Amino acid sequence: MFDNRYLEKLKKSPGYPSEERLEKGPVAVIECLEEIPCNPCETVCPKKSIKVGKPITNLPEFNDICSGCGKCMVVCPGLAIFMVDRTFSDSEAAISIPYELLPLPGKGDKIIALNRRGGDVCKGRVERVKTGKSFNKTNIITISVPKKFSDEVRFFKLAK
Amino acid sequence: MEGRFQLKTELAIIGAGPAGLCAAIEAAKNGVDVTIIDENKKPGGQLFKQIHRFFGSEEHLAGTRGFEIGNMLLEDAKKYGVKVLLDSVAWGLFPDLTIGISTDKKVSILKSEKVVVATGAIENSLSFPGWTLPNIMGAGAAQTMINVNRVLPGKKVITMGSGNVGLIVSYQLIQAGAEVVAVVEALDHIGGYMVHASKIARMGVKILANHTITKGMGDKFVEKVEIAKIDSNFNIVKGSEETIKVDLVCIAVGLRPLSELCWMAGMRFEYLSELGGFIPVHDENMQSNIKGIYVAGDVTGIEEASTAMEEGKLAGIAVSQALGKLRMRNQEASSILNEARERLRTLRLGPFGEYRYQAKEKIISKYYN
Repeated sequence: MFDNRYLEKLKKSPGYPSEERLEKGPVAVIECLEEIPCNPCETVCPKKSIKVGKPITNLPEFNDICSGCGKCMVVCPGLAIFMVDRTFSDSEAAISIPYELLPLPGKGDKIIALNRRGGDVCKGRVERVKTGKSFNKTNIITISVPKKFSDEVRFFKLAK
Repeated sequence: MEGRFQLKTELAIIGAGPAGLCAAIEAAKNGVDVTIIDENKKPGGQLFKQIHRFFGSEEHLAGTRGFEIGNMLLEDAKKYGVKVLLDSVAWGLFPDLTIGISTDKKVSILKSEKVVVATGAIENSLSFPGWTLPNIMGAGAAQTMINVNRVLPGKKVITMGSGNVGLIVSYQLIQAGAEVVAVVEALDHIGGYMVHASKIARMGVKILANHTITKGMGDKFVEKVEIAKIDSNFNIVKGSEETIKVDLVCIAVGLRPLSELCWMAGMRFEYLSELGGFIPVHDENMQSNIKGIYVAGDVTGIEEASTAMEEGKLAGIAVSQALGKLRMRNQEASSILNEARERLRTLRLGPFGEYRYQAKEKIISKYYN
């Protein structure tokens, strides 16, 4: 469960951005594989880049056009949308994660990056903490990790 | 019993959860005099412990958290003059549409022209040696404690059942500061939405399919559980037993309709396991076979708060029409009712919804024969 085969499935799903788009900078990564009646991501996207359409159980289809605003990440009830920026630095990618735990980490905190199964992947650092009223308790934490782990890392814990 | 008095209302609703409140608001909007009875100290049913965002579309308030929807409904109910009797137990529902109520040792009889039964559901239990030990509880109970009463019942948790309730409550227990050691599932696959499972999996929670809890152990409260693998015939695989230290066990093995009042009123039932058990048959306007008594929400089959709200709205509009309070032509009224049914249909699409739609259609067809 939530292993490499799962990642392959995600990459083939209509919500996952193309490899070319991922290389170009911050982009939403939609990890939604089941036909659930749900479409707030479609409603909220200012670029109209996410299409669910009718029936509402269609998987979200993403057309690679993304300003990186992150509105879809906050509104998704499944916390299933991430933002991946492979251009963050020469060696690092930035992963933004919807985060609903307290206390919030702080900028610069050292972390252990985790994969989709909660397993340790690598060390990393908190780069940004976005919070505020409009986030309504789904805060966005951006962490940096070595570039090669950008498809794998989807959560973190604070390093002791 | 200190006394006995009679109350009157046009529409009496039993249960102030999402279905009851939505039925009340729709009817009150049309000028119906509505009274809701609820045994709790606060209306809202289970909505106030739902701190997560709901699925659906904009018209279903998707992306909004359950308790926020609860607040919106309470505001609307107040605005339209819905009366709510709290701390009041409806102990009797009679075919002549009277309801017996107890409020603080006083008994009263509520007479009404229409009734909506929106009593919701109750959690199933799971028995195993030691299952009566304190801190082995329904997942819903744990959820009420953390999200409504702000009490953390345990710090090291195991959850039995990977349906959406088990997955969501496990996530919320982590939010409340507990560690969830594992979610145990008897079937060979996760029961709930993959996105809910992903949330806790990436936080390190193990989801163990083909497993069950075989024993609860402890002196005054649960201190350990024994779990074991089970085969495809649900037999325990000998030698696979494992003991885990926990101080809270959440049982999330489904719900069933809370339908005693429906039985008492003499409704006709159908058994549909996919909806959680015995379901009162009803027509496409949610009216049961007892004329004037409607049903809405989980009492008509276990679904979600969003479907309960839409069923409540449907019942509320249908009651308004039956009372002659819809100030519009029949054609217009049918189109409003159809829109409500369409919104319900939307929520019953896809692999998690279609079987519920089919079951609901069966309930309606059984009403007619």
